[in-house]
Amino acid sequence: MNEQEKPDKTRRNLIVATSAVGAVAGLGAAVPFVASMWPSERAKAAGAPIEVDLSLIAPGEIKTFEWRGKPVWVIRRTQEMLASLKAAEGRLSDPASKASEQPKYAENEYRSQKPEIMVMEGVCTHLGCSPQMKPADAKGEMGGDWVGGFYCPCHGSKFDLAGRVFRGAPAPVNLKVPPYEFITDGTLVIGEDKEKKGA
Amino acid sequence: MRKLLLVGLFAPLAVFASEAGYPLDPSPHNPRDLVSVQAGARTFVNYCLGCHGAQYMRYQGLAALDLSEAQIRDNLMFTAEKIGEPMRSTMSAKDAKQWFGVAPPDLSVIARSRGADWLYTYLRTFYRDPKTATGWNNAVYPNVGMPHALWMLQGEKRLEVETPEEGHGHVAYKWSDASKGALSAAEYDATVRDLVNFLVYVSEPHAASRRAIGVITLFFLGVVFIFAYLLKKEFWKDVH
Amino acid sequence: MGAQLRALWGWFDSRMPSVASEWRKHAAEYYAPKNFNFWYFFGALAMLVLGIQIVSGIFLTMNYKPDATLAFGSVEYIMRDVPGGWILRYIHSTGASAFFIVVYLHMFRGLLYGSYKQPRELVWIFGVLIYLTLMGEAFFGYLLPWGQMSYWGAQVIVNLFGTVPVIGPDLALWIRGDYVVSDATLNRFFALHVIAFPLVLLGLVVAHILALHDVGSNNPDGIEIKKLKGPDGHPLDGVPFHPYYTVKDFMGAVLFLIIFCFIMFFVPEVGGYFLEYNNFIPADPLKTPPHIAPVWYFTPYYSILRAVPPLFHSQFPGVLAMGVATMILFFLPWLDRSPVKSIRYRGTLYKGALAMFVVVFLVLGYLGTEPTTVWGQFGFDAFFLDTKDVATWVARVCTVLYFAFFFLMPWYTARDKVLPVPERVTS
Repeated sequence: MNEQEKPDKTRRNLIVATSAVGAVAGLGAAVPFVASMWPSERAKAAGAPIEVDLSLIAPGEIKTFEWRGKPVWVIRRTQEMLASLKAAEGRLSDPASKASEQPKYAENEYRSQKPEIMVMEGVCTHLGCSPQMKPADAKGEMGGDWVGGFYCPCHGSKFDLAGRVFRGAPAPVNLKVPPYEFITDGTLVIGEDKEKKGA
Repeated sequence: MRKLLLVGLFAPLAVFASEAGYPLDPSPHNPRDLVSVQAGARTFVNYCLGCHGAQYMRYQGLAALDLSEAQIRDNLMFTAEKIGEPMRSTMSAKDAKQWFGVAPPDLSVIARSRGADWLYTYLRTFYRDPKTATGWNNAVYPNVGMPHALWMLQGEKRLEVETPEEGHGHVAYKWSDASKGALSAAEYDATVRDLVNFLVYVSEPHAASRRAIGVITLFFLGVVFIFAYLLKKEFWKDVH
Repeated sequence: MGAQLRALWGWFDSRMPSVASEWRKHAAEYYAPKNFNFWYFFGALAMLVLGIQIVSGIFLTMNYKPDATLAFGSVEYIMRDVPGGWILRYIHSTGASAFFIVVYLHMFRGLLYGSYKQPRELVWIFGVLIYLTLMGEAFFGYLLPWGQMSYWGAQVIVNLFGTVPVIGPDLALWIRGDYVVSDATLNRFFALHVIAFPLVLLGLVVAHILALHDVGSNNPDGIEIKKLKGPDGHPLDGVPFHPYYTVKDFMGAVLFLIIFCFIMFFVPEVGGYFLEYNNFIPADPLKTPPHIAPVWYFTPYYSILRAVPPLFHSQFPGVLAMGVATMILFFLPWLDRSPVKSIRYRGTLYKGALAMFVVVFLVLGYLGTEPTTVWGQFGFDAFFLDTKDVATWVARVCTVLYFAFFFLMPWYTARDKVLPVPERVTS
């Protein structure tokens, strides 16, 4: 570049302006391409909220449902089970679920809207395996202080009956609680709530 | 020369008469008339969906017609449990083939293959014909396998075709009523217009947004062109 | 910021100087004639369309299923369920036709200004190879939506290979991989369409441009600008491609995109020429549509095929004529004996021949989209009339004229009265 040559101002401005509108046009053109990689209507329809009839779940029982291709557990917790949550509290890494993912209405000591009905995704927050339920009487296998909960076969993470992870496990946070709501006393919808319609 | 090219490009391939030679009436449908499309949707689910599916269309998509999920569920959704499911027919293709000889075609894109004019004329030109298996025939689609699904509305028609001798003059079609239907001729035409309107909508649900996005895109490209033109002019000042 | 960027560039340049030197060679210091007119937009536009087709094609394959039972449905899935999918599909379908429009105009430019003549024979040959590859690419791609026209179009074209003497039937069977066009055919056409032919196309485009930049561009005056250089060693009638032709081609590209977007957003079917109506009916191997026509860009050759009468009950002469009609393009540089390149300095013989050729090509193209009965029948009979369809006879006359344009070229270009060519380009 010649130092004495003064940059032609009109030319510079025009280059900048044309590049700017050209870049906006390019971004606009990219929109359908990027958009096409989001879930399609079919995927959304397949991942639509599911209805669960709670009368089919006996006290103390766990049932697994599929929502968006993931296992979602619904457990009807007994009084003893709820009591076990208190007993476990001292040994958890995130007892108040501050660092964990759950809707507002499940950010409490039971991690649920109704204490006895627990809904959570059965996907370990470590690397995505599905943990198994180990009742309180599995002490022989899980150790003397076991109060009942879940055990991940992949890397040994342990969770209590509210999906809260025990200290010393590779899983960083508690099991995720999906959005859900009770449309009647006996019917639960998983995948949708009042805040996030159709989420 | 360039004009010739343009004429060649834009003269439509479709001839404005059916294969059978029956002249097609221009369809008065209007995709912007949502009330008409909604009415067509109702006619479609009540009279067509029993045999014909629209399997590439999801019930949920009908929300674009200004319908709420509850309205779709209560008034239109008879063949599915969930709103995200496609509009399938209740009849299995195998049964259909046995009953009609051919499986009724899926109607998702029928308006794109046949065209609105064809559908509009076809649905209004069924007539009684004792020679066919169903007792029905059609002026646009002779010996069609489908009986007249809307005959309760239109009534029964008779058709006499007068073929002129030695190819002089036009073929004359004489229509007459064999029985009255629930609707007057004008009301029936309106019902068919609505139905065709719906079929056109279903064949390309994004057509409305296609045009809307097109207007924005063209406007913006026009702006880009102005800058591109000024830039080119600016640089080419140098060249003598 | 500026200094850091320059430092980063310096670091890069010292390690890979070929980027800068290639940029200089092909853009900043590539001197192109300054008198390019409207016809010179189409080379750059063809590259643009190639890019558009590759990108939109990649995104379409993410949702398309090359399976005879799923293909048609997956296209409708893209049109309805995939977010923005209909835009991608219309980009690709409009782009297919746009590609041929641009390429035909680009080739016509070559005919106008003698761009194939010495020393640009290789540029032309690579160009013809691109054109033939593009036809293959389009043919394979057209089967993928698995509609009635896809299916029967492929059936007819593959059967053309079946008319080749001796090996024909086996050749057709090998191409299909089945006794009819089927899932196996669809799957291999998919592979050829999405990877094999695009790779070949890209390679040929690179060769086309390298060959061009080695000898330099022709221009509307058909003058070699390299013959007259200024004291700086650059052609007097040349301007650096960058920035002069980059800004000009950018302008052309935007104008082109305006037309492109108008079609794709408002008339994507273009009256059944870009998207055929019958292709919205799923492929049915048991039922041929009443009238099948290839997509418009193949129809001139399809017309030639239909025009040639069968010989000894074989369609092969027609197939041969169609093949020769495309292959003859390779020999154009040697068929043209004129001492001048550009139409501006040619005589009436070539001007007349070229005008006739354009009309003949368009008429053949139109007739190929219509049934042979489109123009009715002759009202009389004669022993030589094997068919009374007027359109067939018009197509035959046009076919003869098509070949006459090429085969008589050595004669009429040598005899033509040409004008003196100026030293410098005219504006």
